[in-house]
Order: sequence, then C-alpha cells, then structure tokens
Amino acid sequence: MSEGERKGAWLLMVFALGWRMIAGRSRKSLRARSEADAEAARIQEFHLPSGRDADTKTQAVTSGRERWGTLLVACSLIAAIAAGIGFLFIYWTDGGNKLLGGTLALSFAGFGIALVLWSHFLMAYKEATEPLEPLPSPEKDRQTAADDFRAGARDVKRRSLLKFMTVAGAGVFAAMFVSLLRSFGAPIGPALYQIVWRRGQRLMTADNKPVSIHSLRPGDSVTVFPEGSIGDEHAQTVLVRVQERFLRLPADRVDWAPMGYLAYSRVCTHAGCPVGMFESQTNLLLCPCHQSTFNVLTGATPTGGPAARPLPQLPLYADDEGLLRAAGRFSATPGPGFWGIQ
Amino acid sequence: MIRRIARWFDSRLHLAQPAREALNHVFPDHWSFMLGEIALYSFVVLIITGSFLAMFFNGSTADVIYHGPYRALHGVHMSAAYQSVLHLCFGVPAGLLIRQMHHWAALIFIGAIVVHIARIFFTGAFRRPREINWWIGLTLLVLALSNGYFGYSILGDLLSGAGLRIGYSMVLSIPIIGPWLSFLFFGGRVPVDVTIPRMYGLHIFAVPAAISVLLALHLGIIWRQKHTNRPGPGRTDHTITGSRVWPTYTAKSIGLFFLVFAVIAALGALVQIDPVWTYGPYDPIAILPGAQPDWYLAWVEGAMRLFPGVNIYLGSYLVPELFFPGILFPVLFFIVLYLYPFFDRLITHDNQPHHVLRHPYEQPFQTALGCAVFMFLFVLFVAAGDDVIAVASGASVVTIRLILRILIFVAPAVTGIIVYGLCILARHRHARGLERALESAAAEGRLISGENEVTQ
Repeated sequence: MSEGERKGAWLLMVFALGWRMIAGRSRKSLRARSEADAEAARIQEFHLPSGRDADTKTQAVTSGRERWGTLLVACSLIAAIAAGIGFLFIYWTDGGNKLLGGTLALSFAGFGIALVLWSHFLMAYKEATEPLEPLPSPEKDRQTAADDFRAGARDVKRRSLLKFMTVAGAGVFAAMFVSLLRSFGAPIGPALYQIVWRRGQRLMTADNKPVSIHSLRPGDSVTVFPEGSIGDEHAQTVLVRVQERFLRLPADRVDWAPMGYLAYSRVCTHAGCPVGMFESQTNLLLCPCHQSTFNVLTGATPTGGPAARPLPQLPLYADDEGLLRAAGRFSATPGPGFWGIQ
Repeated sequence: MIRRIARWFDSRLHLAQPAREALNHVFPDHWSFMLGEIALYSFVVLIITGSFLAMFFNGSTADVIYHGPYRALHGVHMSAAYQSVLHLCFGVPAGLLIRQMHHWAALIFIGAIVVHIARIFFTGAFRRPREINWWIGLTLLVLALSNGYFGYSILGDLLSGAGLRIGYSMVLSIPIIGPWLSFLFFGGRVPVDVTIPRMYGLHIFAVPAAISVLLALHLGIIWRQKHTNRPGPGRTDHTITGSRVWPTYTAKSIGLFFLVFAVIAALGALVQIDPVWTYGPYDPIAILPGAQPDWYLAWVEGAMRLFPGVNIYLGSYLVPELFFPGILFPVLFFIVLYLYPFFDRLITHDNQPHHVLRHPYEQPFQTALGCAVFMFLFVLFVAAGDDVIAVASGASVVTIRLILRILIFVAPAVTGIIVYGLCILARHRHARGLERALESAAAEGRLISGENEVTQ
C-alpha cells in the first residue's frame, strides 16, 4: 500500500462518515414520515382510488417539508452548475490539477446530492412489495421443452457418422486456436540457462572501467558486468571486498576470492529483484524487494527473509596487471528458481 | 415529446409491457445493496477515463531521450511508453487528473467488489438460487485484480518494472509448466520488449471485454432472480420489498453514480497516486527501496514475505520457495471461495432456495470463519509493508517479521473465537427479545395463532 493509497483511504473514511451522518439523520425522518404517510393513507383510503397515483395526491397536501426539499435540491443544482462553470473556466485557462479536479468533483457531487435529496424529499416514498415468481419452471413447461429438444435431436442422433465428423471438426478448430499461442511464446531452453560470464572476462563497472585489486577497500561494494555486456540485467554482479581473515567460504571455493574480493550474482534468487544493498557492518547483501539477506562471507547463503537459495558466486582471479577477471561461470544458474534449474 | 418517442419505439419493439414491469421492479433500500453498484459505477468511470488515456498512451519499449516539460528527467533514456505517460501528466490539459482518477477508480472498483463479496458471504446471499452469480462475481474479482496488475505494469517506470519481474518470477516458479508458461505470457525472460504491448492489449481490450460481458450477465441474473431481502418483519421468501425503479430507485441510483464519480474526481484532484515521474524510468540495475504493490495485491506480497525460505526438491527438480505463497496460496484461496456454496450446504444441511438473508449471527461458525480469514488477510496486508513499518517504528525487519509470523496464526484464531462468542450471545439476545415480544403480544391479545408476523 503506497503513501497515496493511505492518504486516500483516510479521505474515503471521512467521506463515508460524513455521508453516514447525513443519511442516518434523513433515514430517521424518513421512517417517521412513512409512518405518518401510512396513517394518512389509512384515513384517505375510502376517498381515493387505489394504485400508485394515490400517493402523489396525498403528498400534494403535505407541508413545509416539500418546500424545504425543493430548496435543498435547488441549492445543490445551483452548486453543481456553478462548479461546472468553474471547471470549464479552469480547464480553458489551464489551471492546476487540484482546482480542476476539485470543481469536477463538486459539480458531480452537486448533481448526485440533488438527485438523492430529490428522491428523499420530493418523491412519494412507499415501501413496495412484489411477489417473487417461483424459479423452477412448472413441470409441464419443462416437459414440453424437453420434448421439443428430443424431437430435434432425433434428426441429429440418427446420422452418427456426420455427428462424429462434426465433433472431430470442432476438435480441429480447437487445435487451430490453441496453436496460435505459439506466436506468443519464445523458445525456452537456452534463454533460461544463458551463460553470462566466461573465464578470462574482465569485471567492468557500469561506466565501462575495469576493476583492479586496488579499486575497493574492505567494506566497499560496486556493481560490475562482463566485458562487452555493460548493463546486461541477467549478468549484473555485485563485487564486494571484505577482510580476508573473516572469510568462511566452502572448501572448494577458497581460491575464488583473491584479496577478499567476492563476486555474486546481483539477481535475487527469490523473485528476481536486483540485490541492491550491501551492509558492510554485518557483511550482508540485502534485497530491497522482500528483505532477503545473504551472508557474503559464507558464499552468499541466505540468512533471513524468504530467499532459500544462495546467490550464485563468480570465481575471480587477478591477472598480471592486477585487474580482476572471472575464473569461470557462476556457481549456479542466476536468478529466481524454476523447475529444472541447475 | 417523450410520449411520441416512446410510441415510436414501442411500435417497433413491442415494449409497453416489459417497460411497465421494469418501471415497477422493486429494489431493496438498505445501503449494503449499493456496494455492488459502487463497483459498477467505478467501472463506468474506468471505461470513460481509460478511453481518454488510451488516446495518449504509447505501449512501446522503444528507447527515447526525454526533452519534455518535466525538467528533472531531461536527457534521460527511457521507453516510449514512459515518455508518453510523462507527456500525459505534464503536457495534456487535464491529463494528470484523468490518469489519477483512472488509478483511483481502479482501487475503488476492487475495494467495492471485495466489500460487496463480504456482504454476500456474511449474509448468505450466495445460497441457492444465487450460486451462479457468486461464481461470476468471483471471476469478476479475479479479472479486476489481473487488470489492475496489467494496468500499473505497462507504464515503464521503475516500480512497474520491479512488479513485472516479480510477476514473471512467480509464474516461472510453477512446477513443470512454469518456464513454458512464463515465456508464453511475458514473451521471454523479463525484461523483454514484447511484454508491455501484450499487457497493454490485455489491459485495454481483452480483460475489459470479459468484464463487460460477465457484468452484463451478473446484472441480467440479478434482474431475473431479483434481489434478496434483509431479514425483518414481513420479509418472506416469496416477496421482495423496497423501492420501485421509477422514480425513487432511478433517482437514488443515478445520484449514487454522480457521487461515486465525484469521490473519484476528488481523490484524483487531491491525493497523488502512482507518481511515476518521481520513480524514474525502468532500469534493470536500479531498485526502489520501500516499493509497494497496489493494495489489492498486498495480501500475496505479504504471504511472499512471511513464507520461510525453504528449499524443496522433488527428486532433482526444484519447487521454488516463491511458488507456495505466490501461486499456490492465492489459487487455493480462490478455489475455496468458488466451492464455498457447497461447503455451506454441507455445514447447514440446507439446499432450499432462499430469498431472505440470514443475520451473520445465525451462522456463528461461518461468520467466525469469515472474520478469521479476513484477519488472516489483514495480517498478510500488514506484512507487505513490513519494511515501511520497520523504518517508521525503528524496530528491525527481523523482529517485525517474527511478530507477524506469530500473529498470522494467533490473530485469526483469536478473532474466530471472539466472533463465535459474540454470535452466540447475539443469538441468545435475539431469542430472548422474541420471547418477550410474543409474551407481550399474548398479554395484549394480539396473538391469534401460531403463525404470526413476529416470527422473523
């Protein structure tokens, strides 16, 4: 829920409360009136013809309430028209969003309130009751419908070869339609396992500069890409430097982190967001989407949050010039998990 | 004049009798019957504002450099889609207002549907003969939720890009068919260029068309079957009580339309929503901290955050942790909702048609269950903002998540028990009140036979 939604929810609550206060009061008076009407109708029953017109005639006699109602409806309509004219003026003079929407809202609110007040004050309120027709059809109707269907079906049933072919045709139609889905898909296989790092590729920053063993101090981090794939979202890698003595990498990875430089896939293994934050105090990488945390010292193993799999690690080595290069591929397929991931 | 027009139509369509029936159709008066109407009118606002927006939106991911009136993004690379949204917000008269109204209308549309469904659930209005409309209504909710997601995913801003990635990862996580399905739906490994045009097509054509058809069916069925009655004196399963369509209901309903429109316009004017220009264009490397989905997806987001990170392998095949809270949970939830009318039949042993609603306290178990589920969803809703709460409260996300993981079990259970108790209490009080009324009626000699109006 965004900040806007929170504010809007408050405003909606204010509207609802306001409406409830107005409507609650008018409902009370309405109930009183309908009782009075019933009384009046009972008295006049003998003098007036029954039917809906009877009510309007009794209403014609009633009092100040109607005058008040007319006045209120007229006021709302005047407000609506005035706000509407205001809207036109603000729109043609390119006024601000608040005034524009405010006048629009007032104008519509005026019309809406006028109609509601009209129905409350000026229309004969009479609780109507109508019979509901029983929902199942009478047995006789069901029978005749079934007979008619059967009479027609006989002509279909007899020709079983044609029937078979029609069904087969429908099947082919379905296959034709479903096949069209092919246009929307892309071939899956290689794309999901796309190899993003190769042995010997230099680590480049987003502004296309190589990273050397002197680039970072312990506790620093930077986003890097393979040489020639700057900005590739699947190849994005986070490079951090920690003090070597704290490293607790698995035995087969001990030489993957020259001088405390560690490289991990920057695509979260949970839902694919970029793992954008590095906390040097705790040596944790944090994904801001769902707050998964990964410990860089132990091979980016998940330590909290919903992620279950570690971020794939990129083995590194420093070349003769001291530039960092990939010593191979990621330790696993980067990105969110799927059936058949390796 | 009206008379002549009416006669012109009647001589061509034979309308007098149906029109008379329509004018005298009875609708119940209680406010809780207007929730569905609020949803309907929000949908009308969505269609009107959406048509306006579609004239300006460009659903293309072509790379462009911005040079428009919004200074802060000058010279920035962005998609043509995002550029067209910026133009709509800053270059088109009333464009920003219409866009914000559209977003607010969507939020209110789904909100009204949810409250409407809650009303139907707690009063037993889904019972025979109204199961079909229960299913259509749930389908409408599913369509509305998806279209909300498509709508805010196509703008090409940073937030929507993150939403697309998460959505893609969710579909990808489905066992066996996930990779295939996600490529089919998103057109490849997100981010790819074909996703936005595809979602735009779904958002403005396919889904609204489906919603319109189902909405027409929904209304046609409610017109045919007529509304339910709230329980009360004189309400029976053979009659419907309320105001007639002409003129009271017409005036009230059109009035409600204008009021819904007015509220949405006021929100669009006064409360900024989805300010995409502040997020910047989508950049696969960047990420927005404190990102939140729209409110109606927060329950799934919250489930994704609370679910523990467990590695599950079937043989050598991975079932990703995202699958359980992201796909399985919402799918199961909706399946249970779809099947609910059958569960209700099992619980109550009642398959009779009903036109009088039941008070929530008449079915303590169902009411308690419903409230517990709402509490469960509410905890998930809060969990979706755990990082925001952490920042605001100063506590760590870990602590807040621990508390929420406990609450997700405790809060619904406590809610259920309390509501159950309240229902039983209300039932007793109602029964006592009825006894007293009968006694006093007997004392005054009004009670003629066993069958009396006081029975309700």
